[in-house]
Amino acid sequence: MQFLRRHLNPLSFFAVSYLLFLYVPVLLLPLFSFNDDIYVRLPLTGFTLQWYKNLMNNTSLLSALWSSVQVGIGVSLVSTLLGLMAARAMTRYRLPGRRGIYGLILLPLVIPYMVIGVSTLVILRRMLDVDLTLWTVGASHVLITVPLSMLVLMARMEGFDRSLEEASRDLGDSAWKSFRRVTLPLVMPGIVSSFLLCFITSFDEYLLAFFLAGSDATLPIFIFSSLRFPNKIPDVLALGSLILMVSIVLVVFAEWLRRRGVSGSDSSVI
Amino acid sequence: MAAANTNSMISLRAVTKRFGNFTAVDAATFDIAAGEFFSLLGPSGCGKTTLLRMIGGFERQSTGEILIDGEPMGTRAPNQRPTNMVFQSYAIFPHLDVAENIAYGLANRPVDKATIARKVAAALEMMRLDGLGNRRTNQLSGGQRQRVALARAIVCEPKVLLLDEPLGALDKKLREEMQIELRQLQKSLGITFIFVTHDQEEALSLSDRIAVMARGKVLQIDTATALYEHPNCREVAGFIGNMNFLEGRIAGVEGGLAAIEIGDGQVVKVPANGQAAAGGNAILAIRPEKIDAHGSATAPQPGTNAIRARARASSYLGDRSLILADWRNGAAPVSVSLQNRKSLSGDGSSGIGIPGPDSELWLTWPVEAGVLLTS
Ligand SMILES: Nc1ncnc2c1ncn2[C@@H]1O[C@H](COP(=O)(O)OP(=O)(O)OP(=O)(O)O)[C@@H](O)[C@H]1O
Ligand SMILES: [Mg+2]
Repeated sequence: MQFLRRHLNPLSFFAVSYLLFLYVPVLLLPLFSFNDDIYVRLPLTGFTLQWYKNLMNNTSLLSALWSSVQVGIGVSLVSTLLGLMAARAMTRYRLPGRRGIYGLILLPLVIPYMVIGVSTLVILRRMLDVDLTLWTVGASHVLITVPLSMLVLMARMEGFDRSLEEASRDLGDSAWKSFRRVTLPLVMPGIVSSFLLCFITSFDEYLLAFFLAGSDATLPIFIFSSLRFPNKIPDVLALGSLILMVSIVLVVFAEWLRRRGVSGSDSSVI
Repeated sequence: MAAANTNSMISLRAVTKRFGNFTAVDAATFDIAAGEFFSLLGPSGCGKTTLLRMIGGFERQSTGEILIDGEPMGTRAPNQRPTNMVFQSYAIFPHLDVAENIAYGLANRPVDKATIARKVAAALEMMRLDGLGNRRTNQLSGGQRQRVALARAIVCEPKVLLLDEPLGALDKKLREEMQIELRQLQKSLGITFIFVTHDQEEALSLSDRIAVMARGKVLQIDTATALYEHPNCREVAGFIGNMNFLEGRIAGVEGGLAAIEIGDGQVVKVPANGQAAAGGNAILAIRPEKIDAHGSATAPQPGTNAIRARARASSYLGDRSLILADWRNGAAPVSVSLQNRKSLSGDGSSGIGIPGPDSELWLTWPVEAGVLLTS
């Protein structure tokens, strides 16, 4: 009684409802993916692995998944590389027109994807006559993920003393060697964060993919189109649960890597 | 351009650094001898760090040339110069342990693993870091971090070690200990040290020679004693220790002494510094501790300067007493520092007691104790 009275204030009520609102739908996903009812509804009727088995045989789903993974990995590699160069230029050199360049790189964050999608489509199809493939999807995803990557990496680079790089030059490193021996290890946690962030962003991006994908569907496109057929929903639930699990593993792994990487005084950034 | 002096380790030839319109270092020209402990001293923002960074190759001079051991450095990068730097922030690599930090520069040398290990062990011992080789650097105290930074630079056996306020982050006691260690280290290694500081006591006690800088200009380069006893301009005189300035006009020069009229018909003498010419404006600079204060009844001795003054305020500081005395209307008061050698009786007589406010005084000092500044 005492306990309840002390903790039942409006703020904790808000906090608890917020958490429930946030996580209950996500947790229902795995729950229903093991339920042997084709409709998502309570009460649960029985345990089954049927939907997971279906997944393995659903070739169009698997190929959409594979497309998304390919695009995601490519996009996060390219964006992180570009982001790294941009972040280095922003934080380490006196660039003329630095603010303007910074703004231009960040701009795609605030342009509606619809606008980017339509204009890219027009340019690619009407003006350049490029076929729509996963490459075009990837290119548009790079556009929206480079700013994310640059922001993450800039925060990381500003987070450590730039005289560390000077010290390594002073101790005999060439510019490239200094980058490899000092800068890279110190920004590594940022690189991992950037890679994950770009991957996730690309992986569940729907609008641009919808405009630019051509005949190869990515996973979000496939899922949206499946929703029209009720009998496919359990498969999607099973797939969602698997993706959820992989994300959790990835996040835990990234966090572990970050703590292991630099447990130095400046590890607080990102 | 003159050829470098054969035994000078560093030669600066009109080295200038501009940031836009702002001149951070203005035509620095001087030589530093091999094995010298040389300090750059000056107030914040006067260009000490900029000058040091140009010598180390971190900043490119706008004009001028830097020679190290007779070789022009031109635009060489830091890794192409025989210098190493101890950074103000220490710049210890957080992703490496203590031993790896110290070994960092050796990896760029053609030496085998065993030699590296031996050198690192020797450096750890020399810097009293034994047993800390495997420590993570965030588990070190300020003094230990400082010694790691020093060890890391010294194992590279540079010809010149550049130190940018290396003791600035330490507390007073540790600072004093490290000063002694630093001086011993420099003596035993024989490496040329260029040491940046804005702490004049630190510079005076450690250095063979000191360059005093202000607003990007090198004002005077001398030993500690020479800077203190014979400053060459008002700025140096005022920056190092305390100084009284008596402004006046040169009435005449005779026998190496200039007679200066300082107002109210009072004339004092001071060694002429060669360029003193009669009629010119001049400043007589005199340190507070070189002045003696006598009760007004005492007649001044011949051969010393003496001016009449009136005590305005005084304070007792234990080992010495400070007196502030007005000597001429409109002029800054003269401060006098008296050693309290005898027990005080408090009667304010003959320079051993504290004169009471408004008591009449004779301020006297030997003729050779003053310094003539003509600018
Ligand atoms: N990269 C830069 N761009 C523009 N101005 C600079 C730059 N670096 C230094 N300055 C200016 O040059 C002047 C000298 O700076 P410097 O760092 O050499 O001073 P310092 O004598 O080392 O001072 P402190 O004792 O505070 O460290 C300062 O006025 C500073 O603002
Ligand atoms: Mg400085």
